[in-house]
Amino acid sequence: MTVEMLAKQLSLEPVCEAEPEREVTGGYVGDLLSWVMGRAQSGDAWITIMSNTNVVAVATLTDTALIILAEDVHPDPGVAELAEKKGINLYRSPESAFTLSAKVAALL
Amino acid sequence: MAALHFHFDIDGEDFSSAGDASVVMKKKLRQLGFPSDAIRRCSIAMYEGEINMVIHANGGTADVDVYPDKIVIVLEDHGPGIPNVELAMQEGYSTSTEQIRNMGFGAGMGLPNMKRYTESLEIETKVGVGTKLTMVVGV
Repeated sequence: MTVEMLAKQLSLEPVCEAEPEREVTGGYVGDLLSWVMGRAQSGDAWITIMSNTNVVAVATLTDTALIILAEDVHPDPGVAELAEKKGINLYRSPESAFTLSAKVAALL
Repeated sequence: MAALHFHFDIDGEDFSSAGDASVVMKKKLRQLGFPSDAIRRCSIAMYEGEINMVIHANGGTADVDVYPDKIVIVLEDHGPGIPNVELAMQEGYSTSTEQIRNMGFGAGMGLPNMKRYTESLEIETKVGVGTKLTMVVGV
């Protein structure tokens, strides 16, 4: 399933759609960046409530397919621009990390 | 075969650019055709080091030597040093502030991650002088 299709199915609000045709192959949930760095896999949909610029670096390094900011979290100032610059797919949703995880798991 | 050398100055003032050197290095390794697993291990180890230098040492330098069969990362700072390396190597041990934790760091996973994802991790540190880390990532 592509990022674009996943975003549509989950009614995600796009913050930065850098590479919507990217394939999503798994999922990961976490807010501790070192934990995410060591465990998220390439192609994952990464669900987090962490909204600062460092999520873009972690997504770049782990090669996750997209970031989903859960619980109606808004990205900090400058994050959308940085995601655009680094080519990172970034979305947001009012739903909880738990609900989003269940939905992603059911779709993949 | 001679190593390819890359040097980075890590800005200790700017948290928003923390990780930039690791991102650049990842791109270089990809261009050089290294296997994705080696690139991943190198990225994780170097990122953790970069973040540590920003959190604890007001920045520093990263020097990366790329060989066909290994990647050697040397991170050097003039920060406060690590008083108890054994303790710092324990997962979950952190001296980070509440503010740093709120940003998603300070989980006490930095050094353990560096050790886990590299072939070797050497720590030279002196309190009040600084810290030098040498990591070797096998390809």
